[in-house]
Amino acid sequence: MESRATRILLGVWVALVLAFLFVPILLIALYAFNASNVQSWPIRGLSLQWFPATWANGEVRAALWLSIRAGLIATALAVILGTAAAFAVHRYRFPGRDALSFAVVLPIALPGIITGMALNSFFVFWGMQLSFWTIVIGHATFCIVIVYNNVLARLRRVPRSLTEASMDLGAGPWMTFRRVTFPAISTALIAGALLAFALSFDEVIVTTFTAGAQNTLPLWIFGAIRLGQELPEVNVIVLAVLALTAVPVWLAYRVTMDPDGR
Amino acid sequence: MIGAGGRSNRLSALFWRQPMLALAGLALPPVLWLVLIYIAALAVLFVAAFWSVDDFTGEIVRTWTVRNFTELAASPTYRTIALRTIGMAALVTLTDAVLAFPVAYFMARVAGRRLRLVLVTLVVLPLWSSYLARVYAWRLILAHDGALNWGLRALGLPAAEIGYTNWAMWIVFSYIWLPFMIMPVYAALERIPPSFFEASQDLGARGWRTLRRVVLPLAMPGLIAGSIFTFSLTLGDYITPVLVGGPGSDFIGNVVYSNVGVANNIPFAAAYATVPLVLMGLYLWLARRLGAFEVL
Repeated sequence: MESRATRILLGVWVALVLAFLFVPILLIALYAFNASNVQSWPIRGLSLQWFPATWANGEVRAALWLSIRAGLIATALAVILGTAAAFAVHRYRFPGRDALSFAVVLPIALPGIITGMALNSFFVFWGMQLSFWTIVIGHATFCIVIVYNNVLARLRRVPRSLTEASMDLGAGPWMTFRRVTFPAISTALIAGALLAFALSFDEVIVTTFTAGAQNTLPLWIFGAIRLGQELPEVNVIVLAVLALTAVPVWLAYRVTMDPDGR
Repeated sequence: MIGAGGRSNRLSALFWRQPMLALAGLALPPVLWLVLIYIAALAVLFVAAFWSVDDFTGEIVRTWTVRNFTELAASPTYRTIALRTIGMAALVTLTDAVLAFPVAYFMARVAGRRLRLVLVTLVVLPLWSSYLARVYAWRLILAHDGALNWGLRALGLPAAEIGYTNWAMWIVFSYIWLPFMIMPVYAALERIPPSFFEASQDLGARGWRTLRRVVLPLAMPGLIAGSIFTFSLTLGDYITPVLVGGPGSDFIGNVVYSNVGVANNIPFAAAYATVPLVLMGLYLWLARRLGAFEVL
């Protein structure tokens, strides 16, 4: 349909945009091997010396551990709440259904400072000290939508006749859920959980308002970059974080792109 | 084992006979969480904007006043910051729409099945990869002795000193939120049946006319859905201004953050935060009416 010239121009445009997207990521990955502690380009030489130095940093390890714990609990909460919301919206017509599907998206559709600021004034209002749990509450709130979207999209693709067939064959509702519905949505659940964890693990803006004096890994990185301190360590962590978040995202896309699990 | 199975069977049968019970069991936990925590938090934010802070004790005074708003409206500094934030959000949205549209079009119309899958993965991957890593990468690239100036020197061009300026912010925001624009536009374009293109050509419309009269209107929900993200995410950011912006790059978020953290004036911060809140509320309401939520 499109002329040859148009196709070539479009192809060149795509290549340029992809270069724009990936060159900075490749560059930052190289900086982790920078032998010098001066962050200029081209880097002065290659070295692995900053990797053990970063691992030896107690603050970094504590921040990493806090991020992992908060991410896991927030993800678990988001999986429960997001799946329940997806089933309710998919299976039933009830007053407030539209409002629920809207409210689920709101925490990520509204600007990050709004969500952060709102949660912060909420905690202050109730006299709650900022703690590990305030981080978890914030993360769970904006992670619900990730699980919700994944599960709902899958539920819409599973034909209703499957559950009907199961019930006709004599399976009760519980058996039908366990043997038919759950296997059908399980990969969407896994994908949602992985992406929710990736989002939680990386979040900065809301977290600055709910963490108080604690440092999650992104907060530690942000502080270090802003103050211009420990930049060689930052380079290493940034590479590790890029590599680590690529894994759940890649897995999530793999399990959802092939819904039959073949 | 049998007992547990029996109990869960009885329970599930009860839910099956009483759909209202099942619905309550499913809908109540997320509804309660969102309403009691998130919606309540938004309400507190909105109410707090009408409170004030005692100048001497630093305690929050819970009496109604519009002082925060009059103070904001009267201050040219805060007006400039709000306009800078909103202007940047609009500019970034426009830039991303221009960058994303041809990419989405290529993915939907030109690429074959395999290439399309590869492109979707490539576009989505940076979206999920670390935000801070990507901002930091640009901080290094745009710095005085960074990769950009090195490249320009190699080409015999003068150095571009754009590190720590609004230009840097524009590039970085456009870069970071670009995948959020490509994906919904692609989703919208992919839904256009090929017969529409044929029909348009059969009716005598040339390439541009088809693009303008058929493709763009049908891509609109996707562009609007993408713009929700690019606009809202830029509006609510304060990290990028700190990391790559200069002295004159403060955003609404920076003022809000320093008022919460340093100045401890939550009512004032809340009042300022209602600017993006109201703006996004209107934007979302409009987008919903234009059908943008269907391609999210």
